[in-house]
Amino acid sequence: MADIADTHERVAHAETAAGGYGAHGAPGFFTRWFFSTNHKDIGTLYIIFAIQAGIVGALLSGLIRWELAEPGIQIFVHGSWLDKLGLIEASKHGYNAVVTAHGLIMIFFMVMPAMIGGFGNWFVPLMIGAPDMAFPRMNNISFWMLVASWVMMLTSMMVDGGPGKGFGGGWTLYPPLSTIGHTGPAMDCAILAIHLAGASSILGAINFITTIFNMRAPGMTLHRMPLFVWSILVTVFLLLLALPVLAGAITMLLCDRNFGTHFFDASGGGDPLMFQHLFWFFGHPEVYILIIPGFGMISHIVSTFSKKPVFGYLAMAYAMVAIGFLGFIVWAHHMFTVGMPVNLQAYFIAATMVIAVPTGVKVFSWIATMWGGSIEFKTPMLWAMGFIFLFTVGGVTGVVLANAGIDYALHDTYYVIAHFHYVLSLGAVFAIFGGFYYWFEKMWGVRYNEFLGTVHFWLTFIGVNIVFFPQHFLGLQGMPRRTVDYPVAFSYWNHVSSIGYAITFVGLLVFFVVLIEAAVRRRPARANPWGAGATTLEWTLPSPPPHHQFNELPVIRADAH
Amino acid sequence: MKSRFSGIGRLTAGAWAAVISLAFAATALAETVGQPVDGAIDLQPAASQIRRDEIVFHDHILLPITVAIAGLVLVLLLVCIVRFNHRANPVPARWSHNTPVEVAWTVIPVLILMFIAIFSFKLLFEEHNMPPPYMTVKVTGRQWNWDYEYPDQKIAAATSTLMTEADANARHVPFKLAANAPMIAPVNKVVRVEVTGEDVIHSFSVPAFGIKIDAVPGRLNETWFKADRTGVFYGQCSQLCGIDHAFMPIEVDVVSQPQFDAWVASKAPKPVTVALAAPPPPTPTGAPAAPPPAVAR
Repeated sequence: MADIADTHERVAHAETAAGGYGAHGAPGFFTRWFFSTNHKDIGTLYIIFAIQAGIVGALLSGLIRWELAEPGIQIFVHGSWLDKLGLIEASKHGYNAVVTAHGLIMIFFMVMPAMIGGFGNWFVPLMIGAPDMAFPRMNNISFWMLVASWVMMLTSMMVDGGPGKGFGGGWTLYPPLSTIGHTGPAMDCAILAIHLAGASSILGAINFITTIFNMRAPGMTLHRMPLFVWSILVTVFLLLLALPVLAGAITMLLCDRNFGTHFFDASGGGDPLMFQHLFWFFGHPEVYILIIPGFGMISHIVSTFSKKPVFGYLAMAYAMVAIGFLGFIVWAHHMFTVGMPVNLQAYFIAATMVIAVPTGVKVFSWIATMWGGSIEFKTPMLWAMGFIFLFTVGGVTGVVLANAGIDYALHDTYYVIAHFHYVLSLGAVFAIFGGFYYWFEKMWGVRYNEFLGTVHFWLTFIGVNIVFFPQHFLGLQGMPRRTVDYPVAFSYWNHVSSIGYAITFVGLLVFFVVLIEAAVRRRPARANPWGAGATTLEWTLPSPPPHHQFNELPVIRADAH
Repeated sequence: MKSRFSGIGRLTAGAWAAVISLAFAATALAETVGQPVDGAIDLQPAASQIRRDEIVFHDHILLPITVAIAGLVLVLLLVCIVRFNHRANPVPARWSHNTPVEVAWTVIPVLILMFIAIFSFKLLFEEHNMPPPYMTVKVTGRQWNWDYEYPDQKIAAATSTLMTEADANARHVPFKLAANAPMIAPVNKVVRVEVTGEDVIHSFSVPAFGIKIDAVPGRLNETWFKADRTGVFYGQCSQLCGIDHAFMPIEVDVVSQPQFDAWVASKAPKPVTVALAAPPPPTPTGAPAAPPPAVAR
């Protein structure tokens, strides 16, 4: 095994020296990173983008946990250090704006760019044996539209919202709070930011669908595609079908705000609940958009480090398809308390619970992949195993919330916050970190420090559990979400939760130590650091891969599954 | 009276909860109904049959199943860690299919979900099957207070606001939960609650009754409760509604029938009445003109 790795390493150096740029020669810095049409470079840009947005989102959640560490208003008040800092309005409205921005940033500017734009761009072409994406220039504009959207989002946080600086109506943007409740330009900026992010994602989705359907190497049939490619395929179909609905909804919102329409204004014959239906028709697929690429990555990581093929490949692929389909017919379980007819609620209960079946298939198939394997607990595997357990916890609380009868007790409480952070903050984010370490050498061409990676994992694992597990208790006791202050009876678990944030934050600092250490030490990467378990095509290339790969298409003969 | 509410439901909840934390032991002794308890890890106790059924559904059906499933996954992962690490098992197996197992982990979850659904639907339809109501209270949510109006008793809308910290401390009631001019309701009577919003969406929620319904402008939503004990029951606005979302508490004072009748009598004869045993709260900001015969603020 070591021999093969060493050979790959030599190849890697040779390729890097040549650069693999072909007849055009190496592009200059500006040309390479600003006019990029190379899927790997654009993927890198997306990942850097996601990291910086993730820092902003994580700092915002730090403000939330700082404020909620004890009852009373400590930092979102005139005269606090936050007020002196001046960036964010230190007021009750400022808190709402921070909560809103945290949600929007983590969803649209951290998880989606990391998973789809970052790992998707990097590894879909590599895994299917394609030289690049189908539409390289469209790939470029997808990324730069996201940057424009990000600027618009930050602008939204800095300009007047009506009650104060920024939009404070929650990432769900419900009218009338987002219309008559926020008369300033901040909400318009937020709408345009989401429009741009949505357009960027739709273009990206078209690109991925075309690439996956048309550019697979000879012999790479759909049923031989790696599961990560399957997961991106399902995800981009969800994007393509869900985002236009959101775009329509927020366009109507924009018209209600600025052009005198009454789509969501009851006094003009409109219906505020219609926005919620449209929003959640997008919003529920959206949460699967955030997690399904993670499913794909986890499958690869588990299989690689167990040195065993993925258990039940076809069931795994079609479970994702099933989850994606079901994601479109369950949206109103976010709306059990709006006053829907009881029979409608009964339907949405039943449909929602069905999702547990394909999800269960995936969880048990991952365990079956490990079963009988020869597991090495490298950093990516730690994140993957953490993902499986924590995603299960978030999944079963999802089954609890699916029951409208008990949702009346838990709706819009911290129980819901705990639930979706278990599947997203502890699910999607664990998958992202798992993928980041799994492909670290492949992407950056240097090795990370295994010890530091392990420390990063354990600090994060312990920290996020202390943050979010007590929030189940707060929710069961009835603490509403999105409140800047709370009765003293909610003090204890809020305090514990904030301590958990401090631990998680130290974990995040260790992550940056990992990056800096790897950048300083520059241990040369191996083409395949993981050995025989890593069977997908990207491991046949040097690390980092040449600028242009697969000039001669690989031919896939054996069925790995 | 109080012992009725510390019955089997709470004990079993405690048994499950104790698996997770010992903190419960301290809180189970504090018999507080109608408000959250610091450090508690379970649902607020019931003051209505609906809530009792919700608690049974959560504590005896959902919680055991969810804990068992998460526990099963954890145990399987631990077995993998112990038995199938690269030292204990250097040569990995190569199999990747096992049809009977795959059928099992598809069919068994379906059966579990159908089992849950039986109780879930029973509870859902029970919650929506309102018995003939004794009276109606119309609730109007606005930024950032509530109006309670009693059309059957012809008692005009009174605005219920956050009780100031000084007042709350003076009365030994919880600040940020206690309200001026609370809703008054008789015990053991079905009270229909009609809820609407005046400006943006709010949500009317009383955990002890197991109810939560959004106050949506342009819609009249309906829910109901039948409190089976007297007391003070708190809730909070449960839909983000702007700056003071955290400061529009809901308080329902459930009183005996004679007390309720006396209260109604005290309101009825005079068009302008005295405040409901509360000092004048500060004028709510941003509220549009209150209904004409409103209680003195």
